[in-house]
Amino acid sequence: MNWGGWSDFFAMGGYALYVWGSYAVTLGLMVMEIVLLALRGRSIHGELGRARKRGGP
Amino acid sequence: MLAPWFGVLAAAFCAAGLYIGFFIAPTDHQQGEAYRIIFIHVPAAWMSMFLYLVMAFWAGVGLMFNTRLSGMMASALAPTGALFTFIALWTGSLWGKPTWGTWWVWDARLTSELILLFLYFGFMALQAAIDEPRRADRAGAVLALTGVVNIPIIYFSVRWWNTLHQGASVSLTSAPTMAATMFAGMVVMAFGFWFYSIATALARARCIILERERATDWVADYARVPK
Repeated sequence: MNWGGWSDFFAMGGYALYVWGSYAVTLGLMVMEIVLLALRGRSIHGELGRARKRGGP
Repeated sequence: MLAPWFGVLAAAFCAAGLYIGFFIAPTDHQQGEAYRIIFIHVPAAWMSMFLYLVMAFWAGVGLMFNTRLSGMMASALAPTGALFTFIALWTGSLWGKPTWGTWWVWDARLTSELILLFLYFGFMALQAAIDEPRRADRAGAVLALTGVVNIPIIYFSVRWWNTLHQGASVSLTSAPTMAATMFAGMVVMAFGFWFYSIATALARARCIILERERATDWVADYARVPK
């Protein structure tokens, strides 16, 4: 075990800005990509659904 | 349909990789805790190059055999590849500041990785600029295949030039020059990113296929299937 406690963990030996800055941006971008993909999928499925109700595209 | 399963695998591997990276791997005796950026930096950099090769492969297949699906696969991979390239650059910058004393240098490794980001952006912009999908695929494929030359430049840049970036700690021919647990954390994270890429590429390919083929009968049939 490397850490004396949670505050020790979050401090990252004085490199908190660099380490957490890296991890936060990576996580943020991945979440953003997943959300954008979900929206894109929902949009095309919605369009196909409407086309079906009109009776074909 | 498989995308969510790869997503689950990605989450599991990333969780395991982060656990190893933060709780098992020891503190680096030179860099202290700053080195823990490695667990995203190196896997992201690997993925940025690997995804480019896969994208160029599909683009090349599309160009040679004129298959529609390969062009769609190439387009589906580009944004995820660009994402990992950006992450590699971003985390590298945040790592460079405390260890080298600078956010950025025009060093061979960093510059060639930046060119890779522009290749991904160029590929996406070019495809977006051409209305007809088949022509967009062909134009993108030529760009993607031309850009492949950059991949060995990135990979060997630390050997060919005298760079500030350190040499490879991991190679195919010799044992990694790092603690086994650090190496394990990195590899597990790389698998996590790899599954993440498969999941997003599959999900995006599905959207692209439906968007492009929406006028066809099979998509109309597919839309009738209750979900």
